[in-house]
Amino acid sequence: MSMELRTSPHQHSGRDVPVIMRNVVYAMLPICAFSIWQYGLSAAALILVVTVSCLLAERINNQITCTVNTLSDWSATITGVILALTLPPSFPLWMGAVAGFASIWLGKSLFGGLGQNPFNPALIGRAFVQAAFPTAISTWAPAFSAHRFSEFIPSSLTAPFMTPPDIALWAKQQGIDAFTGATPLARWKFENISASAMDFLTGHVTASAGETSAILILLCGLYLAARKFLDWRIPVSVLGSAMLLAWVFHLVQPERYPSPTFVLLSGGLMLGAWFMATDMATSPVTPRGIWLYGALIGILTVVIRYFGGLTEGVMYAILIANAAGPLLDQFNQPRILGGKRGKS
Amino acid sequence: MTPTKTPPSSFDEFLDGIWKQNPIFVMVLGMCPTLAVTVSAVNAISMGLATTFVLGMSCMLVSMLRSAIPKQVRIASYIVIIATFVTVVDYAIQAISLDLYEALGAYIKLIVANCVLLGRAEAHAAKNPPLPATFNALGMGLGFTLGLFMIGCVREILGAGKLFGVALFGDHFQPWVVMVLPPGGFFVLAFWLIVFAAFRHFGNKRNAQLQGAQP
Repeated sequence: MSMELRTSPHQHSGRDVPVIMRNVVYAMLPICAFSIWQYGLSAAALILVVTVSCLLAERINNQITCTVNTLSDWSATITGVILALTLPPSFPLWMGAVAGFASIWLGKSLFGGLGQNPFNPALIGRAFVQAAFPTAISTWAPAFSAHRFSEFIPSSLTAPFMTPPDIALWAKQQGIDAFTGATPLARWKFENISASAMDFLTGHVTASAGETSAILILLCGLYLAARKFLDWRIPVSVLGSAMLLAWVFHLVQPERYPSPTFVLLSGGLMLGAWFMATDMATSPVTPRGIWLYGALIGILTVVIRYFGGLTEGVMYAILIANAAGPLLDQFNQPRILGGKRGKS
Repeated sequence: MTPTKTPPSSFDEFLDGIWKQNPIFVMVLGMCPTLAVTVSAVNAISMGLATTFVLGMSCMLVSMLRSAIPKQVRIASYIVIIATFVTVVDYAIQAISLDLYEALGAYIKLIVANCVLLGRAEAHAAKNPPLPATFNALGMGLGFTLGLFMIGCVREILGAGKLFGVALFGDHFQPWVVMVLPPGGFFVLAFWLIVFAAFRHFGNKRNAQLQGAQP
């Protein structure tokens, strides 16, 4: 009789990094499809270019550091797709490529690759282009323009290193009268006009490529949570804390602060809560730490939106919470089974 | 490389400062002006040359006075010597170009607090005769200038589309705002540090291979 000696673990669920990452990519495909349906060619090209530049950056990094090929773990793909979904659809493609390279190199490779990165790489890329090209990243194109499947938004095809053309004229030619070029959050902040929940659900708002349909993001996120590819506690605590805080503000001063539904559905909060805050490499692992991490994101988002200079706070809220993650883990170590109470 | 018993020549010490012991990219000293005044290539070069002048003159003087300065008050003495030349440079730049003087701002006066200077005075000039000390200091100064220039070039090209004030890309260039902001200084510095580290890494590897090949 032959005996095989092995150390644990003896059983593997079959879920390794590539499987999880691939499923997250699948879950984002409907959001991409909706974005393309809304914005046409420009959104498709943006998603493609950003993802390809992320993959290229990863490949070049593999080549330089002589490491194994890490393209096959799908993490660079996921970074690229998330990054593209957080950018405005009229974003020039060359800037999208810059964002892709910045996210992989500054956000991941420099820290030692997947799992070593303290910050969400996609958000690092977005923060970089937000600091580099503040005008382009706050220029929004109207959704459902007439010729969206046959022609690009003019700013998409800007030559590399050149300033994108003004799209206000183009928007007028599309026969859209009421186009303001501002996101609902900006309109609320500067003009105190709140958008209706119905507009958010059907995507009739100006926003980043992938954050217009809250209901679709919710469904895709729920699918991932149901299959246990993401930790349901993170989105619940992010959305719950944001909603609770917004509700308190709304109760105190209803004419000054918008309704909690508006806060939940507008901007990138849905996308951030389901797809960015839940990044496994950058979120805490202890149960209490996870709840606190989510609450921190929700609270910071509302605080930045209400009192900060920016109209949207999800990106910086998640980056700050990422930085706080290890500390939250350290302070919230669970009691070891059999250990004394009150001691960690 | 064969180990040599003879002390390094002055010229070797001069070259050391530029490449092998570059104050910015190898020793990582003098980070305050490195990050603050490298927004354009002209600023970077003038800052570097001002520092080179102060470095060369003060190291020469420190080296000449090295036996006269009591050990207990040597740091204070170095600072007085350095501050003297910084004052000279400060007035000189103000007289030559007021624009430049205003662009560099407080950083000319802050040369006195630059660790490259005190480091050179303490580590080299105080232990060597004037000629090698001056050569070493000038090499370090030029290495510092080179480092500032390399950072300044990248920041000016990406941040303004210009080099030495000449537009490179025409009218429609999109400036990368981040490059003229403080984060840009850190990004570009980090980029060059990686490049230098990679050069050293591959250089060491090749040396190891060459030595391994010899019996």
